[in-house]
Amino acid sequence: MNKAALSPARRRFLATAPCLIVATALPCRSGFARYADSATDRFAPNAFVRIGSDDSVTVISKHIEFGQGAHTGMATLVAEELDADWSTVRVETAPANQTLYAHLLYKWQGTGGSSAMAEAHEQMRRMGAMARWMLVQAAASHWRVPASEIRTYDGALTHAATARHARYGQLAALAAQMPAPKPSALVLKRPDQFRLIGKTSAMLRVDSFAKCSGRALFAIDVREPDMLTVTICKPPRFGGKVKSFDATRAREIPGVVDVRKVDTGVAIYANSTWAAIRGREHLDVQWDESDAQSRDCQAILEHFRQTARGPGAIAAQRGDVRHAFAQADKVIETEYAFPYVAHAPMEPLCGYLFWDGSRVRARYGCQMTTFDQRQLARLFGLPPERIEIETTYAGGSFGRRIDLGNDVLGPDFAADMAAAARGIGPGRGVKLVSTREDDIRGGWYRPMILHRMRAALVNGRVAAWHNTIVGHSFGVDSVLNARLPSGADALMVEGAANMLYDVPNFLCDAHIVQDRIPTSSLRSVASTHTAFAVERFIDEILESLGQDAVEGRLALLQHAPKEAAVLRAVAQAANWRGGTRTRDGRAMGVAVGRAFHTSVAQIAEVSIGEHGAPRVHKVWCAVDCGMAVNPDVIRAQIEGGTGYGLGVALFGQIVLQDGRVVQSNFHDYRVLRHDEMPEVEVIVMPSQAAPTGVGELGVPMIAPAVASALARLGRPRETLQLPLGVAPSALASSSTS
Amino acid sequence: MKSVDASTDTLLFEVNGTPTRSTGDLQTPLLWFLRDDLGLTGTKFGCGIAMCGACTVHLDGIAVRACQLPLAGLAGKSVTTIEGVARTRAGQAVQQAWVQLNVAQCGYCQSGQIMTATALLRENQAPTDADIDAAMNGNVCRCATYRRIKAAIHVAARALSEAGTSE
Amino acid sequence: MTVHIGRLCRIVARVLVVGATLAIALGTALALWPPGDEPAPPVSGAPARIHDPISRGAYLARAADCIACHSAPGGKPLAGGLPFTLPFGTLYSTNITPDKETGIGSWSDDDFVRAVREGVSPQHTLYPAMPYPSYTALARDDVLAIKAYLFSQQPVRAARTPNALAFPFNQRWVLPLWKLAFFRNRRMVIEEAAGVERNRGAYLANALGHCGECHTPRTVGYGLQDARALSGETAQGWRAGNITPDPWTGIGRWSDAQLTAYLSAGHAPGRSSASGPMAEVIEHSLQYLDADDIHALVVYLRSVTPVQTDPRLMVELKPQGATRSYDLLPARDTDLRTNSGARLFSSDCAGCHAWNGNGRQISYASLTGSSSVNDIYGRNVVQVILHGTRIRVGEAGAVMPGFANRYSDAEVVALTRFVLAHFGDKEGVVSEADVRGQRSDK
Repeated sequence: MNKAALSPARRRFLATAPCLIVATALPCRSGFARYADSATDRFAPNAFVRIGSDDSVTVISKHIEFGQGAHTGMATLVAEELDADWSTVRVETAPANQTLYAHLLYKWQGTGGSSAMAEAHEQMRRMGAMARWMLVQAAASHWRVPASEIRTYDGALTHAATARHARYGQLAALAAQMPAPKPSALVLKRPDQFRLIGKTSAMLRVDSFAKCSGRALFAIDVREPDMLTVTICKPPRFGGKVKSFDATRAREIPGVVDVRKVDTGVAIYANSTWAAIRGREHLDVQWDESDAQSRDCQAILEHFRQTARGPGAIAAQRGDVRHAFAQADKVIETEYAFPYVAHAPMEPLCGYLFWDGSRVRARYGCQMTTFDQRQLARLFGLPPERIEIETTYAGGSFGRRIDLGNDVLGPDFAADMAAAARGIGPGRGVKLVSTREDDIRGGWYRPMILHRMRAALVNGRVAAWHNTIVGHSFGVDSVLNARLPSGADALMVEGAANMLYDVPNFLCDAHIVQDRIPTSSLRSVASTHTAFAVERFIDEILESLGQDAVEGRLALLQHAPKEAAVLRAVAQAANWRGGTRTRDGRAMGVAVGRAFHTSVAQIAEVSIGEHGAPRVHKVWCAVDCGMAVNPDVIRAQIEGGTGYGLGVALFGQIVLQDGRVVQSNFHDYRVLRHDEMPEVEVIVMPSQAAPTGVGELGVPMIAPAVASALARLGRPRETLQLPLGVAPSALASSSTS
Repeated sequence: MKSVDASTDTLLFEVNGTPTRSTGDLQTPLLWFLRDDLGLTGTKFGCGIAMCGACTVHLDGIAVRACQLPLAGLAGKSVTTIEGVARTRAGQAVQQAWVQLNVAQCGYCQSGQIMTATALLRENQAPTDADIDAAMNGNVCRCATYRRIKAAIHVAARALSEAGTSE
Repeated sequence: MTVHIGRLCRIVARVLVVGATLAIALGTALALWPPGDEPAPPVSGAPARIHDPISRGAYLARAADCIACHSAPGGKPLAGGLPFTLPFGTLYSTNITPDKETGIGSWSDDDFVRAVREGVSPQHTLYPAMPYPSYTALARDDVLAIKAYLFSQQPVRAARTPNALAFPFNQRWVLPLWKLAFFRNRRMVIEEAAGVERNRGAYLANALGHCGECHTPRTVGYGLQDARALSGETAQGWRAGNITPDPWTGIGRWSDAQLTAYLSAGHAPGRSSASGPMAEVIEHSLQYLDADDIHALVVYLRSVTPVQTDPRLMVELKPQGATRSYDLLPARDTDLRTNSGARLFSSDCAGCHAWNGNGRQISYASLTGSSSVNDIYGRNVVQVILHGTRIRVGEAGAVMPGFANRYSDAEVVALTRFVLAHFGDKEGVVSEADVRGQRSDK
């Protein structure tokens, strides 16, 4: 390796040569013309870090940023080992490339399961360490001093003895020439050396300024030359098909360019968003509903009830449940029903796609990159490598942006984008937009679920626990297929099948009832319902045994020390005194559990307001998620997840009448507002274990905690079904029309 | 009696201090003119029926929902969007407080939250939590950053009062 | 659309027994009463500037607003099928396109005139949901102009939806008896002394626009109380207000500009916005009238006998709550934590309406000065909260969504009471039972 000092001319040549090479290698076809790597991006030691001569540190994140802080998390890990100046760090989401950017646990590229930190923490640290190592080598070479004497700090290298100093940007070009070390051989920092990881006072998120100044680019903000903006008209009932359509009035709307039947509906092509929306409003479509879903959700629930009577596929069992029930002193039985719930992310689904016949470039908030890439490849008849996906920021997902590629339940957004492009033909970029009505009525809900619970009490102890689950499965027939050998769907039973309480005889069985209603994963997946079922049931059992809700749980968590610890922590923080109603009309409810390897416990303090509306004043939450990389992000995720879960618990329901979705927008799909958000106190359990996840962990426990508090406030058990804040009279009376 | 051919006309108004004209359909909501015609994509679309606040801008200083404001209502008026609000002291204080407290998660609603909060601070320099609820309940945040928003408004209000009166 | 709820139920039985005897006696006398002279232009007819006969017919059809009742949502215009949901069943409007089998294509001129002015079609007597008690005042030439316009439209094959009425209301032979008691086959009487403009206004309001069918209180037998004409009535949940010139409870203190703006575009600055059925009237009918005809209407309305109705519904132009509120903040004493109506307003309503009642984006959404928020029974407020309202005038439009499938009855009551208090200084008299009843009044 050339260790001689570089002459200025040679340095300049070396500086420019790499970017010349880089620039000419880029495709320059229109539609693919993109922001070329500028001359500043000179040092790219691996697929995850780039350092420019302007000191900028660009972290390539495998994970989409949709609010959960993944960009900040990935960047923190890199910046820590790199000793970067945090103010110079920016993050891009990685392009679609499974080889380079696969999730290390799942093996495909994508984000979900609150697993970004868990899967990538060591990898990202090593990628940062690699870059630092090469910078140090460059400084050692340039200054001709031993590498071991060089210190790195805050984006700069120093050699004390010779008073040499350089910012990373100054040595970036030289570092690019250093031999790359083996990442696995690098020595990472010890926790006591951390400057960024675990920093307790808030480290600024990398995306805050952009998001607070209107600069952050979401899919809906994409503007490409010559693009057409598209809306697709979908059937009012799931399973309906286009029979015929009359576009006369639609074509009269100024800005509407064309109206065509496409693979997934009837598409309006326009040269502005407003024209695309208005054009669709003036489109008359006749639907063939012979194969469409036309049931009320009440009928579907009844069907679940019938199904629950018989034995389901066994998800987990131990002991002899039948024998235990036969010997029981007392049997407690109940059922919990869970409505369809819409994710309703703030940004309705949107995406840009350009197809020129031989390749595709898509720009959208893509969450399951490998699967979307394969699906688009199949739809366009191209090899996956010809599908480029640039992932933008996304305005929330909560699971909605997971495209399941479920042929049985029907096309989702990737297929819609492909349909829009194929409908107009190659060579024209299309930006598919959807409205809030599309979002609320378009399906892919958290499925309707029924839990039947039975417990056998013997001598004041829970001797047996039988939980039957009935519901739609979105996992089967999809990319997330998680069938257990018995036939049960892991994505439906998690949290219930692996319930943590010490009960000697246990059975969890499940029935999959298929339907045409497309369903999908909602933030925390099965825990959106299993946590409520388990935690409400244990609460009811302990109540009937006259035991304290916290002490009684602790007695049954002997083999779950982490859950016991978070439960104790939250009980202490909330000053738990049984949770019973205080003089000022408040009561507390508690819930504890585990999801995505993270243990979480919550206590909610609740009162009842006007018209019987629950009012949640404060929530305490203790979470054990291993090493806290970004404590403030953890706090934010727990706060936000609690708010999201509370909104679902109080108001979330999608009602179908005669196969049509009743709700359509925020006036009738009620969401949590400013004044309904409780104060959330977060206790992050100290831990040096590898980080697990938090993105979804605020959600599962709030519903059972609030319901248990309401029970202590005297609300009858029959009224403690979800959603908790909706008066039955509203929908009942409207259905008479 | 309606005027049939008055639906497209040249309209003159101001956006972030820049004189602007529109010759398109006067019934186009300001939201889409800002986003698609002017390329000011900071103002967001969340519902289209003024129920979520993501599209909030200022019209002559008043917080309005751009999704329900036809261009026809703009003649001679001045529009401020998220791209321009930081030029005012109140807007800058709000933005800084937002960044300082890591308010944003997905960030999609925050343009609207910031615009409403800035207008609130002009109306009331020291809003209570109850005032904030009353003024901002129309701004939805699906990531539930509500409590941080409240805290940030208090921080911004304090910063403005320490520095002098807000604009 | 204008069948009065409730009273018919009690009264029809009485009419059948007693009315039959009286009616035969009365009817004989009245049948011999002459219908009067045909009105002539410029009192009747379309404006002189319109020459083409079909266009004249179109103008008159607009003024008579045939399309509003004879078109169903999702159906073709004028092809009928609009349901009128009544306590004793449902009536459906008929197909008045020139289709020969399912419409009026085979009707002669006399058939049409008789149907419109006397409520008798070639098949049977019509229910007075068809406002022939008002249309009877029309000039024959005008009725025929409308017929010519209808016959120039596309024939639409749309079979008649049979009425679904309970006994005895499905017995059409009752209707001639009703007519004998409550109907006069009579052309509009021209009062020469009142002047052409006032008479033109009367013709537009009574014969064509049939305003009284909604705005005039009904008798127990579903007749119109002529002595209290235009002083207000409630039908299918909607309150049609007092439009007599009474200064306290009518429109006496509205300016000409306000009346003109309301009639031609559905919103009077500083006063009411047309909602529900009146929004439809503006949209389908009044927005198409010439400025001169609007002016004639205003002149006429100012000339009718002022009738004072319930003074508790007097409009408060400076309500305490709204006038002390700002754009984003309500008046100081508005506490969202204890006032659930205010709380709902903050999240669901303030975005369009604003705490100060000014209308945040468009003046149509302003509430201060509106007669609806000054109605202590909150009838129209409950209606729009439940069912929403929409209007389209020219290219401009406004939509308010309905919250029926989201709010409980108690929430509607709370929100209505807040709106009446904050924007009208009124103590609302609204119960959950009232709201429940109005849920089916769409």
